[in-house]
Amino acid sequence: MASDSDLSCTGLVRRFSGHAAVDHVSLNVPAGTFFSILGPSGCGKTTLLRMLAGFDKPDQGDIYIRGQRMNDVPPNRRPVNMVFQHLALFPTMSVGDNIGYGLKRQKVPLAERRKRIAEVLEQVGLPGLEGRNPQQLSGGQRQRVALARCLVLKPTLLLLDEPLGALDLKLREQMKVELKHLQKAFGTTFVYITHDQSEAMVMSDQVAVMKDGRFDQVAPPEALYREPATPFVAGFVGDNNRISGDLVAVQGELAEIRLDDGSLVRGRIASDDLETGGRVDLFIRPESLVLAGDALNSGYSGMDACIRSTLFDGANSRVEAEGAGNNTLYARLPQDGSAPRFNENATVRLAWDPALARVFGARI
Amino acid sequence: MQSSVSRLSLWLLLTPFLLWIVLLVLLPHLQMLRVSFQVRESWDTLAWGIDQYRNFFTESYYWRTFVRTGVMSLFTTFLTLIIAFPIAWYIARLARGKARGLLFLACLIPFWASELVRTYGWMILLRESGLISSWLQLLGLADAPVEMLYNDVAVIIGLVYNGLLFMVVPLVTTLDGLDENLVEAGYDLGGGHLTVMREVVVPWAMPGIVSGCIVVFMLTLGSYLTPILMGGKDSAWFTQQIFTQFITRFNWEQGAALGVLLLVLSSVIVWVGLRLSGQSLRKVMG
Repeated sequence: MASDSDLSCTGLVRRFSGHAAVDHVSLNVPAGTFFSILGPSGCGKTTLLRMLAGFDKPDQGDIYIRGQRMNDVPPNRRPVNMVFQHLALFPTMSVGDNIGYGLKRQKVPLAERRKRIAEVLEQVGLPGLEGRNPQQLSGGQRQRVALARCLVLKPTLLLLDEPLGALDLKLREQMKVELKHLQKAFGTTFVYITHDQSEAMVMSDQVAVMKDGRFDQVAPPEALYREPATPFVAGFVGDNNRISGDLVAVQGELAEIRLDDGSLVRGRIASDDLETGGRVDLFIRPESLVLAGDALNSGYSGMDACIRSTLFDGANSRVEAEGAGNNTLYARLPQDGSAPRFNENATVRLAWDPALARVFGARI
Repeated sequence: MQSSVSRLSLWLLLTPFLLWIVLLVLLPHLQMLRVSFQVRESWDTLAWGIDQYRNFFTESYYWRTFVRTGVMSLFTTFLTLIIAFPIAWYIARLARGKARGLLFLACLIPFWASELVRTYGWMILLRESGLISSWLQLLGLADAPVEMLYNDVAVIIGLVYNGLLFMVVPLVTTLDGLDENLVEAGYDLGGGHLTVMREVVVPWAMPGIVSGCIVVFMLTLGSYLTPILMGGKDSAWFTQQIFTQFITRFNWEQGAALGVLLLVLSSVIVWVGLRLSGQSLRKVMG
């Protein structure tokens, strides 16, 4: 085991009555990084996290934390702490006692304990709230207390189980940024699980996209967005348009595809199992779809689409259009408001740079 | 008009409750209080005085029984709590679906029979010619019949058995509401089994513990059949003294005074218990 790796797992398997909730997952988290596991609900991410915390045992595979094998170490002896989905602050204790609980278990003397509680509360931006009851705090404050309760113990690894899920949107956006800053400030390795791709993208150094108990792809957020390794990642991470067609020809990096309405378009090949004549899916990001007037770049592919509606959402405004084969497509509108107003049912030409579109073999 | 109708319906709804409180709780107790301060001078004249209460404190048999009843009731309550907690934990946290219902039913079934029948059940087991005695002889662990009835242990066994359900139910209710994540967080932050139990589970279950204890303590303190049947004539339970005064000796004044003292004792102990556990009656009785 490399010594700069805080967490490494090899071939983890956890089965529940025959069904593998976690299926041969291996991962390696370098020290001091923010690692997210992103997946839809039921993909096994919570099971994986519970195994890391020690609440569940893998049927196969090993968990190493800083090179130490953890499989048979009970949760209270692991250098790992967890922020629970619903925070699990002890309602019968004050904020100070909640944070002091772990320190008390480490036999830290009272005076030192007081000092460290005050320190950590200061660090998470809640100075002087020791005497409050958790019930008296707002959602965001409780969040910070839950973090402080773990961080005060200086764990090697902090596990976070979708802790932002219960917050309202505005606060969630704020906490996302704050969590990232706190992670940097404390230098603790975070393992964060979420089904919200925006949370994972904003905060993480590395994101693992999980599906049916396996990792589809592990990459930094930008790579995940720009170079998805599987059609699932392409569809799950960020918005994407999917258009189906038949593969006609392969020209170097690019594939030529005949859409269901007969038009020929091109996109970059993203998987190596493509066969000429087979079904393929073409993924294009909304921001890569250009509403083409007459000034059309000759290298671009394009298709005609019928405007359904304009969805105004500030910088994220889009048009909804219906393309070949009744596909619903979304195209990002220019952010400077220079887009013309579209009439419903007007026909426009949507074009894209083939290098920005991804072609995968269609899933059957 | 509207308000007078709603006021009328409010009164109608309250009537059974008020009748209950006034006729069955308030009046008898006031009457008892009055009688306890009456002193019979001769067969047809009465005077006011505290002779009955003085009797209680001068006659050592009275107050010794009184203290003994209080201490044994407290001990019984504590024992019931210790036995009921794992049962409640199992029902609330570990049992699922059907098993849970069955376990609850198993706790409830004994209460379909009267206290008398339940107590005789224990007597069949524990008496000299009873089941346990004959098994001990069969196994060669005893060479003569063993009498296990008519001592304090037998009384406490019977009382704990009687109180168990009333401890299990409030405990199950509170433990049921304990979030599994809280227990896990307790371990995750470095606590062992004992710590999690002491710091997380027990504080959470405190309202249930206290309300169960109050009910069991009251039941035990005021129980009559079990101590007399399982403890024999000399079991010296305070309710027996009250019974003796009222029925055998026809000394209603003394009986009333003892009754008032029992009420005061139970109220004081419950109050102290609430104080010590930091709970309030409102919180505990929900």
